[in-house]
Amino acid sequence: MKKLLLASTAAALVASGAFAGGHAKEVKLGVQFGFTGPIESLTGPMAAGAEMAMAEVTESGKLLDAAKVTAIRADTGCIDNGLSTSNAERLIAEGINGLIGGDCSGVTGAILQNVAIPNGMVMISPSATSPGLSTVEDNDLFFRTAPSDAREGQVMAEILQERGVQSIALTYTNNDYGKGLADAIQSNFEAVGGEVTIVAAHEDGKADYSAEMGALASAGGDLLVVAGYLDQGGLGIINAALDTGAFDTFGLPGGMIGDSLPANVGSALDGSYGQIAGSGGEGIEKLKEMAGDAFDATSPYTPESYDAAALFMLAMQAANSTDPADYGKHILDVANAPGEKIYPGELGKALDILREGGEVDYVGASAVELIGPGESAGTYRMIEVQNGENVTIGFK
Amino acid sequence: MDFLNAIIALLNFVVVPAVAYGSQLALGALGVTLIYGILRFSNFAHGDTMAFGAMITVLFTWLFQSWGISLGPLPTALLALPIGILGCMALLLATDRVVYRFYREQKAKPVILVIVSLGVTFILNGLVRFIIGPDDQRFADGERFIVSARTFKELTGLREGLAIKTTQGITVITAVVVVALLFWFLNRTRTGKSMRAYSDNEDLALLSGINPERVVMITWLIVAGLATIAGVLYGLDKSFKPFTYFQLLLPIFASAIVGGLGNPIGAIAGGFVIAFSEVTVTYAWKKVLTYLMPEGLEPDGLVQLLSTDYKLAVSFLILLIVLLFKPTGLFKGKAV
Repeated sequence: MKKLLLASTAAALVASGAFAGGHAKEVKLGVQFGFTGPIESLTGPMAAGAEMAMAEVTESGKLLDAAKVTAIRADTGCIDNGLSTSNAERLIAEGINGLIGGDCSGVTGAILQNVAIPNGMVMISPSATSPGLSTVEDNDLFFRTAPSDAREGQVMAEILQERGVQSIALTYTNNDYGKGLADAIQSNFEAVGGEVTIVAAHEDGKADYSAEMGALASAGGDLLVVAGYLDQGGLGIINAALDTGAFDTFGLPGGMIGDSLPANVGSALDGSYGQIAGSGGEGIEKLKEMAGDAFDATSPYTPESYDAAALFMLAMQAANSTDPADYGKHILDVANAPGEKIYPGELGKALDILREGGEVDYVGASAVELIGPGESAGTYRMIEVQNGENVTIGFK
Repeated sequence: MDFLNAIIALLNFVVVPAVAYGSQLALGALGVTLIYGILRFSNFAHGDTMAFGAMITVLFTWLFQSWGISLGPLPTALLALPIGILGCMALLLATDRVVYRFYREQKAKPVILVIVSLGVTFILNGLVRFIIGPDDQRFADGERFIVSARTFKELTGLREGLAIKTTQGITVITAVVVVALLFWFLNRTRTGKSMRAYSDNEDLALLSGINPERVVMITWLIVAGLATIAGVLYGLDKSFKPFTYFQLLLPIFASAIVGGLGNPIGAIAGGFVIAFSEVTVTYAWKKVLTYLMPEGLEPDGLVQLLSTDYKLAVSFLILLIVLLFKPTGLFKGKAV
């Protein structure tokens, strides 16, 4: 009954919105994620999250002159710079007012340099985490609701310190992500007085990790931090460490958090811990409620996607314009204090406040707080493996 | 006591893993070297042949596991291994019939066959991924350790543990048995002798009435057996992932060439040389030296000759040095 009521209310809202929108303008937002490629399983819920925010605003009929917000999806392939650039150009040609994306760090940089900057288009990425994107010359066109990996290093160092870890051995997957994260973990952990006994790279998909394990074991340490991928070399390293008895506890950064790791390693992983970008509390609970069975709102970077779309629309309202050159300056204003706190499902209320000249502090589903060059300060979910499952033990 | 600890640490992190890895490489290199010796080309499809044989074994292992059949402490995969070998034999005979025979009849140059085998590699690569998917597959069961590091420490009271996995034990024993059988076959049986004759001098062998098609067929059958056994042992010890088998091709070829292409003894020696060099040259000696050196003289650094990033470079450096001084490999193989 409740569902039926909700549905009919929504239908009525859509109908009235459509009626009012007959002569109102349309706002187009590009949604450019890797719908094919290495993270294709994540991008479905991400896009659904972004589109839910747009539907919410369209239904409220409160953005500008009851503008209708539509999403135009495009692919990045996650690792395909050529595809991403040409698709982004197509979106510009279709007249988007803002670009949600890209998803993976490499293609996000490519779209920014080749398309967004030349065309003066504002981008908000929900999932690009490379520290390199913090320092890129972006003409204030690039924002992200995901934290930089540099922040993850800081969080990990704090967690290790709180648990009384004195020394760690550190291995990373030999690419930009692994190296950047390993550097961040090492410098932060040393800054809080910890000792990093060795930093050794490992290649993904290699035949044998005995040599790496020999070196890591010889260097020793309270635990082994594996900054890699859970279905790649990271798994091989953990298996080699357990087999030789070199380490029995592991520090697991975001790339190692997933259900397949405890399933593949077995009970020996119990007691290992780590963190992944994500937040708890009111915002995510509301988003979960709103998403219902339509999609998994807790899927990685899905709350961030909802928030990216919401930030665009709130900034447009604050600037009273859909021109990137006008509303770009307002993104930081609506995201941060001062102002009334806004959670998912309250976008209509926020639009009202902004129209009346008030201020909002958008919290959203991922506890948005944009710092520095316009990136998320970053909330992390602390995970511990207990009885063969990843259990969330807190937030930081 | 400290001396014992040093020995155990060295055994646990260097000797045991290197011996197991070396056996896996040796079995792979034997297959490569047989094809080179008898069919006279470098078969780049060998890594993916291993993956194919292992894949069939994995599928049947799952079937047996679902029926509740097991070998107790030993992995069920050993039971499925003969089926995997049969499947792999069928595949290799089919590829020979469809692809290689055509080029053999043309008397194509070895370099053309090498490129053809590269094409076969990519087709097999796709086939395996298509059937079982690109992800890691688990099929190992039974007892995981012969001796685990923890039990060893409790038993001996030493500070260092020694772990020997069941799969490592099986790998080494199987490798010894297979190699012994292969040598017996090549040196003692009539078919084996005809294969060696064909390898030494094709024309003379033809004149003395050896049927070349039969020799070729038997070679493929043996190679199928070796590849499947190597693939399954590797998958049991590490994990089954199609892509890693493609990566395995490089160290396998390095082993075969260091030992001398076309020479079975060389293939085995080469496998161990490559495995030990990868592990020892990049080993950090800190732990071992800390036990051995008198108090106060323990090293602060890692005492590591080269970072592990360079382990692949090490095996190729050895390959270069060997080829500079002995162009046909450590044991006299055919000139490359």
